[in-house]
Amino acid sequence: MIPAVEVAAERNYLNEETGVLSWLFTTDHKRIGLLYVASISVFFFLGGLFALLIRLQLLTPNGLLFDSETYNKLFTMHGIIMVWFFLIPSIPNTLGNFLIPMMLGAKDVAFPKLNLLSWYVFNLGALVTLYSIFRGGVDTGWTFYTPFSTTFSTTYVIAAAAGIFIAGFSSIMTGLNFIATVHRMRAPGMTWFRLPMFIWSHYATSLILVLATPILAVTLLLVAVERIFQVGIFDPALGGDPVLFQHMFWFYSHPAVYIMILPAMAVVSELVPAFSRKPLFGYEFVAFASISIAAIGFLVWGHHMFTAGTSPYAAEVFSFLSYLVAVPSAIKVFNWTATMYKGSISWDTPMLYAIGFIGLFAIGGVTGLFLAALGIDVHVQDTYFVVGHFHFIMVGGTVLAYLGGMHYWWPKISGKMYPEGLARLSALVAFIGFILTFFPQYILGYLGMPRRYAVYPPEFQVWHVLSSAGASILGIGYILPFCYLLWSWHYGKPAPPNPWKSTGLEWKTSSPPPKHNFEETPVVTTGPYQFGEMKEELDLG
Amino acid sequence: MTTHLRFATQQSSSVAGEYDLLFWILTAICGIVVLGIAAMIAYSALRYRRRSETELPEQIQGGIKLELTWTIVPLILFMGMFAWGARLYFEIETPPANAAEIYVVGKQWMWKLQHLDGAREINELHVPVGRPVKLIMTSQDVIHSFFVPSFRIKQDVLPGRYTTIWFEATRAGEFHLFCAEYCGAKHSGMIGWIHAMEPRNYQEWVERGAAEGSMSSMGEKMFHQFACANCHHFEGPATCPNLRGLYGRQVQLKDGQIITADETYIRESILDPAAKIVAGYDNVMPNFTGQVSEEQLTQLIAFIKAISPPPGGDQPSSTGSRQPSERTNGIGEPGSSSITGSRPGVR
Repeated sequence: MIPAVEVAAERNYLNEETGVLSWLFTTDHKRIGLLYVASISVFFFLGGLFALLIRLQLLTPNGLLFDSETYNKLFTMHGIIMVWFFLIPSIPNTLGNFLIPMMLGAKDVAFPKLNLLSWYVFNLGALVTLYSIFRGGVDTGWTFYTPFSTTFSTTYVIAAAAGIFIAGFSSIMTGLNFIATVHRMRAPGMTWFRLPMFIWSHYATSLILVLATPILAVTLLLVAVERIFQVGIFDPALGGDPVLFQHMFWFYSHPAVYIMILPAMAVVSELVPAFSRKPLFGYEFVAFASISIAAIGFLVWGHHMFTAGTSPYAAEVFSFLSYLVAVPSAIKVFNWTATMYKGSISWDTPMLYAIGFIGLFAIGGVTGLFLAALGIDVHVQDTYFVVGHFHFIMVGGTVLAYLGGMHYWWPKISGKMYPEGLARLSALVAFIGFILTFFPQYILGYLGMPRRYAVYPPEFQVWHVLSSAGASILGIGYILPFCYLLWSWHYGKPAPPNPWKSTGLEWKTSSPPPKHNFEETPVVTTGPYQFGEMKEELDLG
Repeated sequence: MTTHLRFATQQSSSVAGEYDLLFWILTAICGIVVLGIAAMIAYSALRYRRRSETELPEQIQGGIKLELTWTIVPLILFMGMFAWGARLYFEIETPPANAAEIYVVGKQWMWKLQHLDGAREINELHVPVGRPVKLIMTSQDVIHSFFVPSFRIKQDVLPGRYTTIWFEATRAGEFHLFCAEYCGAKHSGMIGWIHAMEPRNYQEWVERGAAEGSMSSMGEKMFHQFACANCHHFEGPATCPNLRGLYGRQVQLKDGQIITADETYIRESILDPAAKIVAGYDNVMPNFTGQVSEEQLTQLIAFIKAISPPPGGDQPSSTGSRQPSERTNGIGEPGSSSITGSRPGVR
């Protein structure tokens, strides 16, 4: 690796140009990353507000606050906002945008203007979906199952779907941009097997974004066509097939699960070596695991439909493939664990989040094995077991990794250090709150509590109360970092270029970096995570 | 609020025992793996905690033996889980041949059930303990899902076709019936009870009901009311296929396709006859879409099933003078009950 370059910290990407217009017309990948942080933070807290209302409603069996119609809209909008306007863009469009060019030693992404356009398209889509919410909401569930969504729902289905349709183009633009950037913008000497794992995982994510998102667009378009023109596509009363919709929806939405989790794995694959000061164990295996998850992930959609009336023989194939896709995920968990063994383990906040991620992802992963087992799925499908499972992956996994990554790269992004003690405490609060919120949901599901119920039989209440109590703790775990990170933006201690003594090109430039990332294009001579190469820097530090 | 933390639920069907066995074995295996990983991480985090800022541990890059181990061992475990899960699934999906048939129509937001002997129930289903019961289900609007947690069974109920599920209650009691597929405003109100009764009590329950006629006899009435019998008569040459023995038979269609005449096919051929035309016949039948309710359809199907296969000798005439012998698959005594006034949800 090249020696650390000390760049005059006075001029950086944040102060090179100022004013609102300098942000709205920026093509700097770092600024676009921050624009995305602003957008998705709004949607995260909006989706979180819906979650809060859901958990309040479920405190009592008869429903504490709302009638069924309102409750149905709440969980629908919680799902739509969180999936498409927070989770899908969460890590790739924020940290990915900020870091991919820097990790490659490039000045920017391959198509900077397309990158900015993707942010505008994303917000346009979000506005259209928000319009449906403010006009009275939508009640189909985020899954838009037919024929309910096409024929029976009287809510703003088309507006909600149109917003998602539009936001999909932003996903495609980002995916294309990342693929082109990784292929064409690597610094001299940055061969494929010298790429940080963050890049491998984002490359796999980008492939899915580009290949799967069009299927969602087609599916939602067909929903709109059937709803507006009464063309029989999904509604059997018009000559359609409702299960066809499920095939099409999950053909996108299962790979979309990997759009949400692969970037989280990308972050954790950076955090664990950095805070163990040891190379990522089995680099090639982790890299190929990412690619095989992306590939096999396209072939398992049918496992959402084991009780939907599909052929039992097809179900068998999908079950088998679902077990296959679990293998690369397991490989990753074992490799992270092995990376820590005999390392030099720091207990800094990002590492606490990474450890939390591994634990929660492991639980979320093994409960996926239950759902992949055909006979077991029959009973727990469409219950809180499934709700618990995907929240462990999406919230315990993706959100913790996002927060861990935000803390790790915050000095680079803002040029400031966050308050370490408070941050450790808040990581612990989030972890405990999470377990308390979502673990009871597995038990609820096994006991037979169906999902999407506004009211429920009283024997389930005690677990719902525990879950709601946990959610209030979890909420604090989210609000705290939001507050102290904003605080540190102004009042934090100035950050050195490489506060964690990490490897990786992003740490070879100043904090915050100059507009074009590097004063001179770096030349790469070794693979990533080679801490032996930085012995000098460690001794100085 | 009951503050008792309940972790387990009743096992009340023939598959529930094996289900729970597999469930808890999976829980044990997965629990050990997760705790193992957690212990490993905790050990590393404590034992190798960074003690000086300049510390540089040995730079281990990886190890092929370990990689192969944690690829192959999970794969073998997963294949075991897959095989057992698939075996259980086929057991849950395959009804025994002697299962009694009950027709279910789901609609926003209630369950309508009809026994072969004609007894109807709403949001309640009475079944005897120890006898397999097969449900033939359809929806008249959106997708619903028939879910009985104590039996460990669930099956989506679709509009436009029939899906089936079966169970055998192993003990008497009252068990929740839930709709598990989100179906609109009152989804969480679409719940009911399965009353599993000792055979003696069940018999009493059957006898308490007033006879209105079996499903197939009602279907036969319909068969004449809609003038089906004018063309689909059972004697002599006809312009329409003879329906005796149709159910379960292989049917050759005009376009060369061969299909099995199941409930979904018969339903479609009533509502939209042009969709699949039998080889050797012309499409002369009118369209019945919108004229026959889902419940009437199930009765017509029960009638067609009752005359197939011909039970040898005792065959119904086209005038409907004799009862078809549908009793082979019924639970109670023929034509004995009609229960529409359901008991209010107990508990």
